Amino acid sequence: MVDHAGDLADRVWRRYDRKERLIRYAVLLVTLMVVYWAVRDIDIFWPWVWDAPTQISRLGARMWPPDPSRLGQIVGAMIETVHIATLATLLTIFIALPVSYIAAQNTTPNRFCLWLGRFILVSSRSVNTIIWALLFVAIFGPGVLAGILAIMFRSIGFIGKLMGEAIEEIDRRPVEAMEATGASKLKVIAYAVVPQVMPAFFAIVILRWDINIRESTVLGLVGAGGIGVLLQGSIDTFAWPTVATILIAIIALVLIGEAITGLLRSKVL
Amino acid sequence: MLEISKLVKRYGRDEPVLKELDLVVEGNSVVSIVGASGAGKSTMLRCINRLVEPTSGSIKLNGQELVNLRGAALRRARRKIGMVFQGFNLIDRLTVMENVLAGRLGYVSLYQAISRRYPQADIERAFTLMERVGIAHYANKRADALSGGERQRVGVVRALMQEPEVLLADEPTASLDPRTSEQIMKLLQSLASELSLPVLINIHNVAQAKAYTERIVGLRHGKMIFDGTPADFTREALDAIYGGIEAPDEDEGEDTKKPALATRKEVTDDPL
Repeated sequence: MVDHAGDLADRVWRRYDRKERLIRYAVLLVTLMVVYWAVRDIDIFWPWVWDAPTQISRLGARMWPPDPSRLGQIVGAMIETVHIATLATLLTIFIALPVSYIAAQNTTPNRFCLWLGRFILVSSRSVNTIIWALLFVAIFGPGVLAGILAIMFRSIGFIGKLMGEAIEEIDRRPVEAMEATGASKLKVIAYAVVPQVMPAFFAIVILRWDINIRESTVLGLVGAGGIGVLLQGSIDTFAWPTVATILIAIIALVLIGEAITGLLRSKVL
Repeated sequence: MLEISKLVKRYGRDEPVLKELDLVVEGNSVVSIVGASGAGKSTMLRCINRLVEPTSGSIKLNGQELVNLRGAALRRARRKIGMVFQGFNLIDRLTVMENVLAGRLGYVSLYQAISRRYPQADIERAFTLMERVGIAHYANKRADALSGGERQRVGVVRALMQEPEVLLADEPTASLDPRTSEQIMKLLQSLASELSLPVLINIHNVAQAKAYTERIVGLRHGKMIFDGTPADFTREALDAIYGGIEAPDEDEGEDTKKPALATRKEVTDDPL
């Protein structure tokens, strides 16, 4: 009995042993050092930071009241922005679906296709829309076409990657059953794969359309069409009341987009 | 007539799952295949329609060799082999009718399949078969809205839509409650005689195998160790197939004992 009590007293429990604790302190130290290094290195001009509140109030004063005189033009550019997003999303589907099919482990025809598909997805996703836009403005000149292509090239990676994951998660049993009926590959896809990924497909496309509307509002900054062209022009000419109207219009557009996608989601899914 | 001879299946470099299996099923006989989990029942059925590639051996359906078929020829052969699955394997988001018509996929064109414009004869056949098994009123319901027994009926009708020359059923009742699984077994039994169709049923429930089939084949470790009528299927045969029930000290691995006990329980619990 006495021995038992002694054993109990000796039992010490620690969540982390000495080595683990050392590692945790080291990680913390390294993080702090990186933050210190970054803040030191980026060379912030502190007087401007302290001056910011004054600048904000002055900019606000210059913007107020918003100037609605160019509202017609702004609405036109807004509609163009939505068109860019919609067309780009629709066109993306045609490219992203085949890519997702070959990039999914369980449907890819062979290793080469798998890596090709993954390469397309990764390269699409690793380049930002604005960079794609700069590229296409250089190739096709400024305008809506460059904007549509830029949005498309970024969306292929997004839709393709998520659809590929949806395909990888399907239940294999219906596929097996369709193969057993003597159905060809395409029929197996049409009956066993497509119905299973349909909900994911709609959710992903609606989400991407929503994102694309936001992204296409800034495309104009690099000359790729949409509301951004007007915004850039107004900033360059110091037409601050017009800038204010455009910003309000963008917020309104994003809210409308949000409402529409919310409605679509509840109806379709 | 289905003739399997010297069928071998080996996964990778492991011990073969099927060891030179021979089996002949004639005419419209209903054969049940019993055996512990891992005995090779499922592998054998899937070798017949080539969902699993046999390593060697021969499988002939009405004189046609199935083992060396590829591509379009394999798909044409598969049309004549209906299969019913343990998990029903329906497409949940499609309607019952679409699931049933999917049994015709080997016959219709891709356009007909995608646009759902099946020939009128197929639709008639679908309704006739669905009425036969009592699911016609569900035609436009989604497959996942049905109960287990109803779903398995859809699975059976889908297989019959293929106008099969042989029907394979891989544990068709294992996911169902006892009453429903009896109904499905009765259905398979009567359909076999109505359509004069040979039926191979993998089954764990020995009582049902005895009650609804006219021939029982026992597999153990990839070899056939019993082949006879239900009357021949004695306690000794059961022991031989499922391993040391009466003699637990017999030198058997744990894995073979467990399924054996489970089966024994099913037998005693069965309302028959």
